[in-house]
Amino acid sequence: MALYNDGVGMAPSDLDHEEWEMIQDIKVLLPGFEKHRGNLIPILQSIQEKHSYLASTAMEMVATHLSITPSEVFGVATFYNQFRFHPPGKHQIKVCLGTACHVAGGDIILENFERKLGIKDGETTPDREYSVERVACVGCCALAPVAVVDENVQGHMQPSKVEGLFVQFQIEREREEREKAEREASE
Amino acid sequence: MSKLELRERFASIQRESERRNEEKNKESIPTIFIVMSTCGLASGATETKQAFEEALSEKSIKARIVPVGCLGHCYAEPLVIIDHPTAGFPPICYYQINADRARILVRSYLEGGDPVLKYVLGAMEENDLIPAVMDFPRFSLEQRLVMEHCGHIDPNDIYQYVAKGGYSGLVKALEAEPEEVIDLVEKSGLRGRGGAGFPTGRKWRIARATEIDDKFVICNGDEGDPGAYMDRTILESNPHQLLEGLAICAYAVGANRSIAYVRAEYPLAVKALQKAIKSAEELSLLGPSILGTSFNFEVSVFQGSGAFVCGEETALIQSIEGKRGMPQHRPPFPVEKGLWGRPTVVNNVKTLSSVPSIILRGPEWFRTIGTEHSPGTAIFSVVGNVKHPGLVEIAMGTSLRTLIFDVCGGIPKKKEFKAVQIGGPSGGCLPSSFLDTPIDFDSLTQAGAMMGSGGMVVMDEDSCMVDVSRYFLDFTQKESCGKCTFCRIGTNHLLNILDRITKGEGREKDLELLETLSKDIKDGSLCGLGKTAPNPVLTSLKYFREEYEAHINEKRCPALKCRTLIAYYIDLEKCARGCEVCVGCCPVDAIFTTKGRKKAIDQELCVKCGECRSVCPPEYDAVFKVSPPELAPIIERPPEEKKESKKSAV
Ligand SMILES: Cc1cc2nc3c(=O)[nH]c(=O)nc-3n(C[C@H](O)[C@H](O)[C@H](O)COP(=O)(O)O)c2cc1C
Ligand code: SF4
Ligand code: SF4
Ligand code: FES
Ligand code: FES
Repeated sequence: MALYNDGVGMAPSDLDHEEWEMIQDIKVLLPGFEKHRGNLIPILQSIQEKHSYLASTAMEMVATHLSITPSEVFGVATFYNQFRFHPPGKHQIKVCLGTACHVAGGDIILENFERKLGIKDGETTPDREYSVERVACVGCCALAPVAVVDENVQGHMQPSKVEGLFVQFQIEREREEREKAEREASE
Repeated sequence: MSKLELRERFASIQRESERRNEEKNKESIPTIFIVMSTCGLASGATETKQAFEEALSEKSIKARIVPVGCLGHCYAEPLVIIDHPTAGFPPICYYQINADRARILVRSYLEGGDPVLKYVLGAMEENDLIPAVMDFPRFSLEQRLVMEHCGHIDPNDIYQYVAKGGYSGLVKALEAEPEEVIDLVEKSGLRGRGGAGFPTGRKWRIARATEIDDKFVICNGDEGDPGAYMDRTILESNPHQLLEGLAICAYAVGANRSIAYVRAEYPLAVKALQKAIKSAEELSLLGPSILGTSFNFEVSVFQGSGAFVCGEETALIQSIEGKRGMPQHRPPFPVEKGLWGRPTVVNNVKTLSSVPSIILRGPEWFRTIGTEHSPGTAIFSVVGNVKHPGLVEIAMGTSLRTLIFDVCGGIPKKKEFKAVQIGGPSGGCLPSSFLDTPIDFDSLTQAGAMMGSGGMVVMDEDSCMVDVSRYFLDFTQKESCGKCTFCRIGTNHLLNILDRITKGEGREKDLELLETLSKDIKDGSLCGLGKTAPNPVLTSLKYFREEYEAHINEKRCPALKCRTLIAYYIDLEKCARGCEVCVGCCPVDAIFTTKGRKKAIDQELCVKCGECRSVCPPEYDAVFKVSPPELAPIIERPPEEKKESKKSAV
């Protein structure tokens, strides 16, 4: 079965560092949950809450803990929209396609993000800077169409506002790089 | 234990609540209520609160800031109520208070005594100085029963709920026999607010009658309709009322355990509910031997993982059991055999939240509101093309016209009303000839729509009914759990047909095909998802057939919405020489300069986002939208102007 069943005996360098952290965390987390099938979804939720996604090793560990097969865990996790199986980007862009936002042209906004980043909804850019996903009503239909960018709600979206957001990201990144260069230079 | 003791224990909680109230009123300093539920936060309430705090401390003004839940006036967020007892004004409700305005209010009103009329929505009490909100149709035509205290109390403070009479219904229920409680609910005629309208009292009676002792009650707060948010708001704004209803239900049916199922996308609601459970337990209003009686009742929160089908009660139970959320055959119904095989009552958030006042004020009072067969109120989230979108609670029997035109202010921008979609993915679209339909379970079903989730989308002349059907089918097709072939494949097939119609590739026989397929899906599906998924298609076909026909026969979208069937062009007569406004805004550089330094659109590149049309200054108004696209005049782009298409760039 699992290659690194519970991560035991694996040197951190063998695994992606993030995944290694996730595994260490789960080892601490699992004993807090009774070995009860009803705990499956709550366990997956608490892993994702902390790490933003579920690595397959993580799901294997959960399966072992609950004495069910990994494919059963995988089957449940993939059924629900909440669970993600790849790490999201540094900047998470959620475009609302709830009913009100659809009527107000939310699909055009999504398309603009997709075109700008060259990825489709549900994907992450290769540099892992951005991910785009569609979501159902985020609860501010009066501001439709709406996008949620890094937890900030952007109301009355327009294609030009999409451009504006990226200009901001660009400025921010350049500033960070400049500061980093300055720090390195002074060291 | 005697009834006297029970009453005495509760009276001491009430006294404590009164004491806290008096203590607050002793200090006559201003109170600033800020709406801090999801809608408020999304509109910037956090910044507003911070600005108040900073401005108050800069000016060393003493005032209390109280975060409250939602009043339902989404169009007015961030919404703030200021009670300034020494200023000579009644409490005043302010709308769209951003950080700057918050500072102005502190300076002008709290410091200077001038209530800044231009930000005022209305006074919260009748008076001679400022028009009261109660006189506005948005307030006066609403009848708040479930949402009575939403926005008026701090959801995190149990004593504020108790001060409003909270938990008295539970005490009254505990003094009675469980059967008597069921009698009251049955007499009230309360019907389930989760969509189907099943009589709540009857459901409870069946559960009560089962022989098994270990029972469950579940609060259904899954709310999967992509355009509805009533349950979330109620949970965030007044969680104790729901808990009280849940406890009454459990007492009546003889259950000791309960699960509140709330979707994980509602983190604020989950937090509010968890906090509420804890404070109720601390006061022995939940937990072991409530208020000293022999009734034990524990509530835990389960976070739903975002699958629309899990709103269906048997699927919901599957998901709590840690399985894929697939609906199960009924019978057995959950009231006979539900969670972990135990008898389980599943009720919606609004249903349970209606219970405390029914117990307290009596079924006769409840029946004075609403209609004979649908007593009580209905709550909708009204969105789309209305002036005042938001949550609205009205007596059942109110007409759609009153709701849309009087309560919500009608259609903005002088546009025409076209249709109203009620009930989300399971509901239907009704045209203007149905505006006088009374809102109740039976009338809506008869009209072809459905109470359903309580989502209501108002659409003006710019909405395309085929596109709206396609939108809902796209949703249900993705959300079908896949168990029934007709639902899984049928909805996909419906979607494909609607897709091709909106792209101008519809075929002559498509409308018939939509109808027969819809019927097959309704007949061949196990659960409500499949049974109702064709409703948006069927109703729009019935009431807006000519719109489908225009798409198919003329390759034309009458509402100018379906993007394959429209084109944008610039009228060279109207375009201003040398103006460049639209050029930079086009995300695909489709706009080029043609003769006379005027602009034209490269139809090859245009992605029809409409941005150029919205930025073209109104004095020129040179960009037009037409359907079919062939109506747009063709202007060749000079070769040196040709750009590489960004459309396919990755
Ligand atoms: C596809 C589908 C989705 C549903 N979604 C919900 C929902 O989000 N909330 C809800 O209370 N009931 C929903 N229901 C209805 C429930 O199955 C159930 O009838 C209801 O929770 C019973 O509560 P009530 O009697 O208080 O209405 C849904 C039903 C179907 C078929
Ligand atoms: S009707 Fe659709 S959602 Fe419902 S059980 Fe069948 S396949 Fe699943
Ligand atoms: S914004 Fe209007 S007026 Fe200006 S160039 Fe474009 S089409 Fe012409
Ligand atoms: S539909 Fe987008 S916020 Fe409600
Ligand atoms: S106007 Fe053509 S892409 Fe916007």
